[in-house]
Amino acid sequence: MILQPAVLALLLIALLVSGMGMYAGYYGIRISGAWAPASGSELQLELERRTYLVSTVMSYILSFELMSLFLFIYTAEELHTLFAGAMCAAGTLAVNSFGYPTLLLKIVNFLLAGVWLIVNYVDNKGYDYPLIRVKYELLNLVVPLLVLESVLLCAYFAGVKPDIITSCCGSLFSSESGSYSGDLASLPHLPMQIAFFSGMAITTASGLFFYVKVRAGYLFSIATASTFLISAASIISFICLYIYELPTHHCPFCLLQKEYGYIGYVLYATLFCGAVAGIGVGVLMPFRKVGSLVRVLPAIQRRLALVTLLCYLLFTAIVVWKMAFSALKLG
Amino acid sequence: MKRSLERHLNILEFTLASLLRRRGKNLSLLAMYLLVVFILASLLFFVAALKREAAIILNDAPDMIVQRLMAGRQDLVPVRYAAEIAQIRGVAAVRPRYWGYYYDTLNGANYTIMASDDPALPPESAAIGSGVAKARNLKVGDLLPLTSYNRAPVMLEIHSIFSSSADLIAADTILMPPADFQKLFNFPNSQATDLAVSVRNPQELPTVAAKIASQYPDSRPILKREIQRTYQSIFDWRGGMTLMVLTSALLSFIIFAWDKGTGLSAEERKEIGILKSIGWETSDVLLLKFWEGIVISLTAFLLGVVLAYGHVFFLSAPLFAQALKGWSVLYPSFQLVPVVDLYQITVLFFLTVVPYTAATIIPCWRAATIDPDTAMRY
Repeated sequence: MILQPAVLALLLIALLVSGMGMYAGYYGIRISGAWAPASGSELQLELERRTYLVSTVMSYILSFELMSLFLFIYTAEELHTLFAGAMCAAGTLAVNSFGYPTLLLKIVNFLLAGVWLIVNYVDNKGYDYPLIRVKYELLNLVVPLLVLESVLLCAYFAGVKPDIITSCCGSLFSSESGSYSGDLASLPHLPMQIAFFSGMAITTASGLFFYVKVRAGYLFSIATASTFLISAASIISFICLYIYELPTHHCPFCLLQKEYGYIGYVLYATLFCGAVAGIGVGVLMPFRKVGSLVRVLPAIQRRLALVTLLCYLLFTAIVVWKMAFSALKLG
Repeated sequence: MKRSLERHLNILEFTLASLLRRRGKNLSLLAMYLLVVFILASLLFFVAALKREAAIILNDAPDMIVQRLMAGRQDLVPVRYAAEIAQIRGVAAVRPRYWGYYYDTLNGANYTIMASDDPALPPESAAIGSGVAKARNLKVGDLLPLTSYNRAPVMLEIHSIFSSSADLIAADTILMPPADFQKLFNFPNSQATDLAVSVRNPQELPTVAAKIASQYPDSRPILKREIQRTYQSIFDWRGGMTLMVLTSALLSFIIFAWDKGTGLSAEERKEIGILKSIGWETSDVLLLKFWEGIVISLTAFLLGVVLAYGHVFFLSAPLFAQALKGWSVLYPSFQLVPVVDLYQITVLFFLTVVPYTAATIIPCWRAATIDPDTAMRY
């Protein structure tokens, strides 16, 4: 256990987020069980009021999740000096087996909360709350994951012990040999470059098609999601190499450091933003025929597609710029 | 786009006006908030500054120190170890160090005494830190009387006094030639306090340390990296402990905020009732409450951070210094280097603004969803 202010802040946020999530989830179950928009009963009025509370809580959870994702990575970065052999956040997260699952779950939860907010936004546009059941079923998927994330975070920090001077140093040197090098498995760079640029091209083409014709939304959404995964793998595989100008350094966290002009924040923000908007387009596709949404939904979807396109294009532009002007040339 | 921005601006304007109308209540909330931010920010800034200070000092420490253990206690190292360790491949130099502590019965202070090979230091003279100079009221050329192990007086002429910029490292230090050091402590010949080892390639440090440990089973090599790590975690631990103590203050503030949010005054209820009856929607009132929270949080946060900055970096954190620095009779007075990074600000934000916001969500929602007629009937 490390008693550091940032760690305490992260634990506090985890507790708050899961507590708020459970509160929202409880009302989610009640709302999806007893929702009757035609009724004017006291229960229905009360539930309608609760929807405001739940959506406010969820939007706060989303922003807390986003901020704590970066705080988590940054704290891992800060703590690496406490572990023999850890060079950066990659090593700190590898100190016990809960580090990487926590990080992955944080990313997944951020995406899910983003999609939930998009659905919520659309739902509020229809006068009869047409998506209310979908919304609260999705909420019941998100809340357990939020709670699981908090449990993993607590387990991770509870299991972390700094390597400090002990009265006998022998044990320390033996542990240094099995160091947390944090080498991430990286895919070969040439096939990844091809996959990355073709993924971006397909996403852009289907996005433009969707924007103009408002058709093939599923294709666009799937392309966005797969490109998100490919891009994340590409960052580890080759993008970071060009930025660090080192052919062996595959760390996705050092990008967030000052040495590299905080470029990682822009890269990850555009990638996550684009992914949330693009996945949102696909999630909204089944509701295009819903009476009260027929008029508003296509406009919202087009706007979301535009956000994805802009974000991904910016991401690609940065990558191309870095590849072109990097001192490193990969053969 | 423009319309939604205008909506926010209008609601913000209304929020500011309504906050000013209830000046007394909001100022008391702001004062509490400010105090919490100020205390937590001072703590975080101070701990980070001390960590940085320690890191800067340790940068000049030797790569590795070799001590000898005897019955689990640190003991003197035979000087012959130095020559043998120098034979290990990769070792650049080995320097035996002679140092110890001297208790001054006159003022109850402990001095750090080191033997120095510096040829500029003539026999029976000493170079002292400014803390020692102040405590004993000494100038260059004065005589510093010390008492040796057998109560015989040892007189040293002050050769130089370190400038106070070196205070953090050397305030309590007395440097003297090896012969005087030997006379003062009856230090055994051919023994040293410890050995400072430097290694050409820092990557080889653990290997060299392992070799030393296996060649001399009674030795205890300590790497600079380990010392740095230990200091980091000690300061983190102290900061975290103090933070835990302050958690109660944070909790009571959150309860206070919750209470303030829940206990709407009759006037406020009436205001919300009127707003809703003239056509404001629940989401508009929520937005109003959101901006209210932002205005109060940001004002308290920014003011608190600025005050804490002054408290830590101009006044040297009188509120925390005793608990966090450690103490000693000759404590160096030093001005911390003012550096604040975004990371500390973010952590602070998470520790103060986020819990406040979470605590006010439900009260805000309650306020926003009251029916206009119930509200105005109050």
